[in-house]
Amino acid sequence: MSKATVVVVTSGKGGVGKTTSTAAIASALAKEGYKVCAVDFDVGLRNLDLIMGAERRVVFDLVNVVRGEASIKQALVRDKKLNNLYLLPASQTRDKDALTDEGVASVINELRMYFDWIVCDSPAGIERGATLAMRYADEAIIVSNPEVSSVRDCDRIIGLLDAKTVVAEEGGRMPKHLLITRFDLERAKTGDMLSVDDVVEILSVPLIGVVPESRDVLKASNVGMPVTVSDEASPASKAYVEAVRRLLGEEIPVTIPSEKKGLFGKLFKGRAA
Amino acid sequence: MNFMSFFARRGESASVAKNRLQILLAHERMGDGSDAKLISELREDILEVVRKRMNIDPDAVRLEMDRSGDITTLGIDIELPQTKN
Repeated sequence: MSKATVVVVTSGKGGVGKTTSTAAIASALAKEGYKVCAVDFDVGLRNLDLIMGAERRVVFDLVNVVRGEASIKQALVRDKKLNNLYLLPASQTRDKDALTDEGVASVINELRMYFDWIVCDSPAGIERGATLAMRYADEAIIVSNPEVSSVRDCDRIIGLLDAKTVVAEEGGRMPKHLLITRFDLERAKTGDMLSVDDVVEILSVPLIGVVPESRDVLKASNVGMPVTVSDEASPASKAYVEAVRRLLGEEIPVTIPSEKKGLFGKLFKGRAA
Repeated sequence: MNFMSFFARRGESASVAKNRLQILLAHERMGDGSDAKLISELREDILEVVRKRMNIDPDAVRLEMDRSGDITTLGIDIELPQTKN
């Protein structure tokens, strides 16, 4: 049996930060010394290559591998900075049925032989791409913004994780982690945003991290480097690194961003302000 | 980092972003973003030529592509089997 862990980064809603989070988490895991593969499941609208700065070097993709046109080893793109981090890009095909259940199963099984962590970037929505991204996962990171439609869509996704995954079908319960992204400090102060506690309470999923809305994330995307690589001092980067430590099993309190210039924010104690 | 240097740096990252997008989109608009079939065939052709002279492990072949502004380069690295001396 392999010791690999497959984790899906999912949300239902688009634009909440799945791809950014996948890149940041995969890089942070690689920096911890693990062999990591980030897999883009957003067939037709791939972007993980762009966020990871690998767009110029993509030759083959997930669909080529599923169709047997290329081997996994040929399709993997090695990261420029971290030599234990790889990307398996999505394809740009318009063919909605390009991914098959069996094809994805065999890709994930093979990746398990080569890697410690396989981080799957789910497309938005609840269609085939999203269900296949989560299907073979061992754990799920649910990305939500502190905003009503995002939280509602996460609830739909939690339902799918508990019904349509192999873990669920075998009678198990998929371990889930809630990652709150684009947490806006100004709006948190004025009370115009759902609090971290509100979101945790509604979704009943343990919190793995809170990533503040940050210009550093935009800058990182611009230059094609995950924020955990481009700007280690950034609060957003620190929040991702902390989330990864919790993913690895460390029991550390979740930092809730509180002050604009505070590096460490306020520790999470009971209810967040 | 002061106020001004923040803006200077942001301007820099935005121009990097624009440049990356221009290169990427130029390639994607040309060929639907996929030249996988051509490259796959090219790879087989080249491997066939090499196989005439020596046995090579298909897994020991690495393809590297780099799309820059005006030119695209394709590198094929073939790990040669150990030769007995």
